[in-house]
Amino acid sequence: MSDFRALDGNQAVAEAMRQINPDVVAAYPITPQTEAVQVFSQFVADGEVDTEFVTVESEHSAMSACVGAGAAGARVMTCTSSAGLALMWEITYIAASMRLPMVMMVANRALSGPINIHCDHADSMGTRDNGWIQIYSENPQEAYDNMIQAVRIAEHADVTLPVMVMQDGFITSHSVERVEVFDDAAVSGFVGPYAANFQLLGASRPLTFGALDFYDYYFEHKRQQVEAFSHATEAVLEVAADFNCRFGRDYGLFQAYRLDDAEVAVVVLSSTAGTAKVVVDDLRAQGIRAGLLKPRVFRPFPAAEIVRALSHVKAIAVMDRSTSFGSMMGAGPLFLETAAAFHVLGRAPQIPMVGYVFGLGGRDISPPDLEGVYHDLLAVADSGDVGDPVRYLGVRG
Amino acid sequence: MVTQTETPTRLTLRELAKKPDRLTSGHRMCPGCAAPLVVKQVLMAIDEPVVVVCATGCLEVATTIFPQTAWNVPFIHNAFENAAATASGVEAAYRSLVRQGKIEDDNTRIVVFGGDGSSYDIGLQSLSGAMERGHRLLYVCYDNNAYMNTGIQRSSATPVGANTTTSPVGKVQAGKKGARKDLTAIMAAHGIPYVAQASPHNWRDLMQKVRKATAIDGPSFINVLASCNRGWRHDPADTIEIQRLGVDSCLWPLYEVEDGVYRVTYRPKVKVPVSDYLASQGRFGHLLQPANQYIIEALQADVDRRWERLLRMAGEV
Ligand SMILES: Cc1ncc(C[n+]2csc(CCOP(=O)(O)OP(=O)(O)O)c2C)c(N)n1
Repeated sequence: MSDFRALDGNQAVAEAMRQINPDVVAAYPITPQTEAVQVFSQFVADGEVDTEFVTVESEHSAMSACVGAGAAGARVMTCTSSAGLALMWEITYIAASMRLPMVMMVANRALSGPINIHCDHADSMGTRDNGWIQIYSENPQEAYDNMIQAVRIAEHADVTLPVMVMQDGFITSHSVERVEVFDDAAVSGFVGPYAANFQLLGASRPLTFGALDFYDYYFEHKRQQVEAFSHATEAVLEVAADFNCRFGRDYGLFQAYRLDDAEVAVVVLSSTAGTAKVVVDDLRAQGIRAGLLKPRVFRPFPAAEIVRALSHVKAIAVMDRSTSFGSMMGAGPLFLETAAAFHVLGRAPQIPMVGYVFGLGGRDISPPDLEGVYHDLLAVADSGDVGDPVRYLGVRG
Repeated sequence: MVTQTETPTRLTLRELAKKPDRLTSGHRMCPGCAAPLVVKQVLMAIDEPVVVVCATGCLEVATTIFPQTAWNVPFIHNAFENAAATASGVEAAYRSLVRQGKIEDDNTRIVVFGGDGSSYDIGLQSLSGAMERGHRLLYVCYDNNAYMNTGIQRSSATPVGANTTTSPVGKVQAGKKGARKDLTAIMAAHGIPYVAQASPHNWRDLMQKVRKATAIDGPSFINVLASCNRGWRHDPADTIEIQRLGVDSCLWPLYEVEDGVYRVTYRPKVKVPVSDYLASQGRFGHLLQPANQYIIEALQADVDRRWERLLRMAGEV
């Protein structure tokens, strides 16, 4: 039996962590993720979990302890934001290349400087090449559901990679919503027991982790990581199917909202997709065939699937809550990936595509802003002229 | 793997010779390097199963070149600055898995090896955090007084006046400026159950300290003098002699701090002048020139002062 509770995103994630009952958690507080660590600490203090909680002195040590515990043979979780993820950066690569299937929640927050505690995606996008699977959540319910699925995806025999589960800092992490919390037994039944492929502790023969690789082996090991990502797409879908079967919510690589007969479509991650859905409904009521594609999985990037899902529309806007300094026209990473996907996999003639960078440092994005984007797209579709391919939305000057 | 024995192996050469090598031969550490001697002595002193955690540095790179490994025990290298945090994770996993009955409690001991670079400098925060949290682990710093793996750059463990590639001797500079950091004292200030200083030339003293450290259900730290013949510029055959001079000059006193109580574990019969130690190594060659005599005098005064203070803390004066 599940239970409906009023939880914010952090509480929902902490609840998922309690139910997953990981062997080790090593985490450090940072706004806006702090509450998740605090709530989980209480579960530890009350003996509600078997977890050994390592109250590290930094995020660098959090990720380092996760690597040690994961290599030892434990199921491991952590969570962070912004500067914390940046501080972990070096070790996130090591976690991935050691093929340690840990799960980390990231409450997205802008990176310094200037210091800013509010939401944008600079932190997780900065780690997009570090070897972690990346899943973005729209609301507390999705954050909860994604945490639970992430464990299975990470530990999937064909994958064994770490997974980051994102939610928008404050917007989702601190918004109380109605969240369906499943039965403890149902969650532990879904995630199942963990048996590491290789482990330091209790192994029948001594293993060396973290050996030095030269040019004679390093490349092959990197290639294996690339291949693991090619299996990850399949694993995400397999786990989602089982999740749907047990819990009755359908997840995929992305969510298509009123997209089937759409003329113009917006591609956007996380909480902004929730706002966009309202705008789509309003526009539909006015007879405008607006649609939405909300990527759930950014790594591995579901390029072929996204191209297929959007192939019928007349104009596309890809919206990024982060930028990539010095990139082509200052475009964001989601736009660059999507544009590359269409260039390589799309059919001629190319569908006109516009990139929008918005919401940096928590700058609000309102329904009228998004309505404006759809109207821009209608004009582009009409004229066939893209105009400025990359635009900054909601910024002064 | 070695399992726990009822009676600990006696620390005699005859008994120790029967123990399997936990760090095997065939690794690529330089002939004359003291670090593998330290590792062998530390691991030989422990009868229980061990997990070794190692920081980036000479020891790590020269013992684990894929697809080979010289380690006959479970081993993990993570990065340069995080060996203690990594070990914290291993220890937390051990506690958690044993408590849940997922693995058997076989008295596994977690031993960390880090050079002075990873321990005194870049990993000091990680080390301090792990000690403060009280994980049951033994952290061994093999202190070769510089970053050797990257080519003999100064660290905060480099003695005053030493010639390194980033504290070179030049027209206006006589090697490293300023005194060493006293990491052993910093560790003792953490109030952890066991802190010691040791040297591989006095293997029985070192091994007894390891025994004490690993018997404690908590964190312990042993700082071990470990010469590098390439960086210190001495004959590879002189390694043991050099450590002896370091200890007999009282530059590297052998002592322990057990639950806050200081004890000097070895007192040289004759206190050797620091200049004898300096003269044994090329890195100090320039100090022997008359113009630099003042540096030696200051160092001697500093060594004397520290030794006297240690004796006082140990209640020996
Ligand atoms: C973050 C980081 N900075 C720098 C390095 C380069 N590096 C590798 S080993 C090393 C020095 C190691 O010195 P020490 O800890 O004294 O060990 P030793 O090599 O002397 O045994 C350095 C600077 C690194 N690997 N990682």
